Amino acid sequence: MTTSGAGAAPVLSTRGLEKSFGSLVVAREISVAVPPGVRYALIGPNGAGKTTLVNLVTGMLRPDAGRIFLGEDDITSLPPSERVKRGLVRTFQINTLFPHLTALEAVTLAVCERRGHASTWWRGLPAYRDAVDEAYGILASLALGADCYQLTRALGYGQQRLLEIALALATRPKVLLLDEPAAGVPRGESPALFAAIAALSNDITVLFIEHDMDVVFRFASRIIVMVGGRVLVEGTPPEIAADARVREVYLGCTRHA
Amino acid sequence: MATVSLEALRGPHGYLRAQTRWRRTEIAFWLATLLPFLLFPSYLQLASQIAITALFAVSLDLILGYAGIVSLGHAAFFGLGAYAAGLISKFGWGEPLSGLVLASTLAGVAGYGASVVVVRFRHLALIMITLGMGLLLHEAANSASWLTGGADGLQGVRIRPLLELFSFDLWGRAAYAYALLMLFLTFLVARRVINSPFGLSLRGIRENAVRMPALGAPSRAHVRKVYTIAAVMAGMAGALLAQTTSTVSLEVLSFQRSADVLVILILGGAGRLYGGILGAILYMVARDQFSGINPQYWYFWIGLLLIAVVLFLPNGILGGLGRAAAWWRRVSP
Repeated sequence: MTTSGAGAAPVLSTRGLEKSFGSLVVAREISVAVPPGVRYALIGPNGAGKTTLVNLVTGMLRPDAGRIFLGEDDITSLPPSERVKRGLVRTFQINTLFPHLTALEAVTLAVCERRGHASTWWRGLPAYRDAVDEAYGILASLALGADCYQLTRALGYGQQRLLEIALALATRPKVLLLDEPAAGVPRGESPALFAAIAALSNDITVLFIEHDMDVVFRFASRIIVMVGGRVLVEGTPPEIAADARVREVYLGCTRHA
Repeated sequence: MATVSLEALRGPHGYLRAQTRWRRTEIAFWLATLLPFLLFPSYLQLASQIAITALFAVSLDLILGYAGIVSLGHAAFFGLGAYAAGLISKFGWGEPLSGLVLASTLAGVAGYGASVVVVRFRHLALIMITLGMGLLLHEAANSASWLTGGADGLQGVRIRPLLELFSFDLWGRAAYAYALLMLFLTFLVARRVINSPFGLSLRGIRENAVRMPALGAPSRAHVRKVYTIAAVMAGMAGALLAQTTSTVSLEVLSFQRSADVLVILILGGAGRLYGGILGAILYMVARDQFSGINPQYWYFWIGLLLIAVVLFLPNGILGGLGRAAAWWRRVSP
């Protein structure tokens, strides 16, 4: 086992990220390096700053200090849509979908945006057969092929969570940040969802936020533990399981009641 | 469930083609627009006003119904087109088609300028910005009476006959033919826009503006583009009014006109392209009929109708008709 970043050059890294809202510090000195192809879990108690880190990395929030790198490139000042074009893509903890588009339309939209068709207004959508085929292929790979003609709002909750991932995949991500992909999904169904995530190509580096420790230890190849806006510890699942500080955080401690 | 399996049979390509195919009711509708020439030859002037209002409503539908951008100042572009067409003819260029192109282009340029501001706002702020821009332009036209004639209206509008053959007379044959042709051509463009990948992205902006950047979509560029297209169309509607009636009054820029076109679109059904046309027909015919009975109370009935439609038919009259048709297909084998 190598420590993070020691083997391959990191595909995503941050250096000294800081963010506060007034006197509330939500991120301090966050420096992480994510090597390509890993399945990274980001865990920590509520309010630890996990979603904040995702927001900072994807450009939804501006850091007060620190830099963000995608591969070699400094992307700290790029707008969110530009980061997506470079392969840094996220999903949302709460379904952020298009209620009155069918699942097929929604994913076709994302594919067309990526391929640069979306500024074309003088050709009909059916003319873009490749884009439609690709969208349908993504949906079928997530077991949504049969229901893709339904309006998004008519889909079941678990299917909507899958559609979140389908939309992200349509942008051809290099790094995929999943913010609680199984949030709200019945406990029995979340392994199926994570199996779909685990089956993604190894070209995609995945970083996911998750609270269910069974799922985390089954699907993550490395784990980052955050507490109070800081990275507490980072390592392989056995290392994290054996770490005294992590146990302290998860088994109830008095330090930050 | 039956419809779902049918779609599954067609596959994704068949499904999308079916979404964009010309329906028989559409073809029947456009053929029916020719009927006034035969059935109501004395109402062609009204028919041309309806076609112009419908074109204006379709232009609003592109930004409101598809991209979800609420505007209370859409008359700004209608009025710009009307004044531009009027002034061009007043200063000696009375040929209608080139005047129409010039006036629409001018409205489009103004629309692009406005869109740069508009894309930065949403919700209430957006309504206030568009309202403010409309009011500004109205007062500007009012005070620049040396150019616009102010409250007296623009004098001296002289339009040459269409193709030097058909003059815009009191009967309105040329007026209706001209307005209808322009409505149809513009409708074809609007239909193509909404069935394109660009149109799909517009609907994405309407459905979830936050998600679009997370898909790498340049939402603001999309909005600027559709706003400009809508301004061109609104300007064309205004220019048609000026040319077919040979008058331009301050009313073309009024808040009332912005509000009326919004009411027309909501009544007919926003986001379905024919909603604006249907709304314009109902609204203009009802106004023509009611105002003959007691003109001062005409807005009472429109107010009542608006409340009823919003309460019971959230997708407008066209949405209600669609639901009724779906219900009819279910109950009758």
